[in-house]
Amino acid sequence: MNYAAASGLAPATSPGLWTLAWRRLRADRVAMASLAVVGLFLLSVLLSAAGLVAADWEREVAVNYAPPGFIGPDPALAALARPQPPAPPNAFDPLQPDIEALQAELRRGAAAPVARAATLPFGADKWGHDVLKKTVKGGQTSIVVGLVAALVAVGLGTLFGALSGFYGGLVDDLFNWFYNVFTAIPSILMILTVAAVLQTKGVLNIVLILGLTGWTGPYRLIRAEYIKHKAREYVMAADAIGASDWRKMFVHIFPNVSHVALVQVSILVVGFIKAEVILSFLGFGVPVGVVSWGSMLNEAQNELILGKWWQLAAAAGAMALLVTAFSLFADALRDALDPKLK
Amino acid sequence: MLPYLLRRLWQMLPTMAGVVVLVFVLFNWVGGDPSYLLAGKMADARAIANIRAQLGLDQPWFVQLAIFARQILTFDFGNAWSTGEPVAHIIASRLGPSLTVLVPLTVLETVLGIALALAIAFVRGSLTDRLVMVACTAGMSVSILVYIIVFQYGLAYKLGLFPVQGWGERFSENLLRYATLPILIGLAVSVAPTLRLFRSFVLDEVAQDYVRTARAKGLSERRIVWVHVLRNAAIPIITYVMANLPALLIGAFLLERFFGIPGIGREVILAVERSDFPVIKAVTVYVAMATMVFNLLADLLYQAVDPRVQLK
Repeated sequence: MNYAAASGLAPATSPGLWTLAWRRLRADRVAMASLAVVGLFLLSVLLSAAGLVAADWEREVAVNYAPPGFIGPDPALAALARPQPPAPPNAFDPLQPDIEALQAELRRGAAAPVARAATLPFGADKWGHDVLKKTVKGGQTSIVVGLVAALVAVGLGTLFGALSGFYGGLVDDLFNWFYNVFTAIPSILMILTVAAVLQTKGVLNIVLILGLTGWTGPYRLIRAEYIKHKAREYVMAADAIGASDWRKMFVHIFPNVSHVALVQVSILVVGFIKAEVILSFLGFGVPVGVVSWGSMLNEAQNELILGKWWQLAAAAGAMALLVTAFSLFADALRDALDPKLK
Repeated sequence: MLPYLLRRLWQMLPTMAGVVVLVFVLFNWVGGDPSYLLAGKMADARAIANIRAQLGLDQPWFVQLAIFARQILTFDFGNAWSTGEPVAHIIASRLGPSLTVLVPLTVLETVLGIALALAIAFVRGSLTDRLVMVACTAGMSVSILVYIIVFQYGLAYKLGLFPVQGWGERFSENLLRYATLPILIGLAVSVAPTLRLFRSFVLDEVAQDYVRTARAKGLSERRIVWVHVLRNAAIPIITYVMANLPALLIGAFLLERFFGIPGIGREVILAVERSDFPVIKAVTVYVAMATMVFNLLADLLYQAVDPRVQLK
């Protein structure tokens, strides 16, 4: 006879790991605040990827280097804000009639010159692009690169770690040798070496570079977890019902170590966003025409000498905010998933 | 001691062989044929065949691997493709400027990190501790690029406290004049992560039984932290510092690039920009070797710090 039914109580189900972790996370105010910030950034990435936000960042909507709204328009640039009158005719130029005919032809085809804004909420860059939209668009590149690269790295690390920890023996020796080789070369040098070899630029390339060089950390941790879990009773039970090795590794054991993988993803995303910014800054990252926080910092470096600080502030501020929130959230997530650590 | 050393060196061989093969595969198969790169825009078939013969690219792969192995062992990687300067000379002459920045930076960073970590461990759990940790997280989230750009602009360009960039001939001039701001920026960037890490090492120790014993016999908190805890926290600290030294050689490339310091890091960036494969290959292989040697040195240092550690 069922005890729960006999005593008149609802059947007692103990909450799972994820429910407990979520409860702990909910109680942590810093974690919830940082999760909200990260959520906002991810929302902006989704919206701009869907083309709903910042799709027209390349339109030259303001005068060159238009300052942010709270500073007020720059008097030196005010003249540029009005539509430019056509240049006065040059009576001495023998080609003048031809030029006038050409200009009339051009004017008929082109739209009337639009007035350009003198200020924007976050200012404008060298070409008059809206810095706010540029920051959103650049964030899309940087965040997507960081996320996808972290997923690739943790995916590889999990696969290698699972094989290595589960089988042990020769397989383990092989992957450990691999690990030793990859960790003997400092990661930044490894990234630069692969960048030198690939020679072509592209978003996919940075994802590959970061993903293929970043698997060592997750590998080490996942391998240790698999060694611990493979001797447990539930794995023996799975063995007894004839589950294949692959099934034991990824259907039975993986859910029990997935929290380690999740924490690793959240830690690597932060590192990879920083790395993407540095690579793009140096010109080894995103190609010309794609905006990322790194390429914005690259432009901003020269603008700063002219006293135009707003693009630097926007890109650096957005990045710092996201990275702070993401690191705080990663810490809280680790504590929530592994309460023994505290 | 000697058998231990020999065995450790013997164990390095497979890893080293792996590094050599990895670099070889990357540059010879993934990297494509460099002869088109070298021959320039007006390449004809004969020029390309000539270059391929010079580089040994027309040989079977095992001969090429042997050539690469010989280059590593003889420290002779030929000349850099872009400048024609011998690669060995590039490495030897760029090491000095790099070390001028890195040695003071590492020493200051470690001393400052240990002192702050122990001071923070004193007041662990307090508001000060939490505020410092939040400040560290915030400080770490700002890109190193932003630190360099802002400090170089503010302190050097606007206020004129330091030279904006440059490098001289004399060591004292370089250290005191040109390397000061890069070292300060490096310190500002690295002290937050170092402090966070060292704090966790120290906190692992303060819960141990020997700390309770020391407290029970009436030692002052100051003496417990600075003498007993420090000695025990030293092992992970040494591992961290030693393992990071070779990486730092390259890691300071942004500082070297911004401040025009002719070091190894800047040379690697230039080589990547110019697809100068011999330089990158040589630096990668030797830095990997240095990393392994420094890891071994760290293990040897353990015994000096902690006599309980037996090297077998």
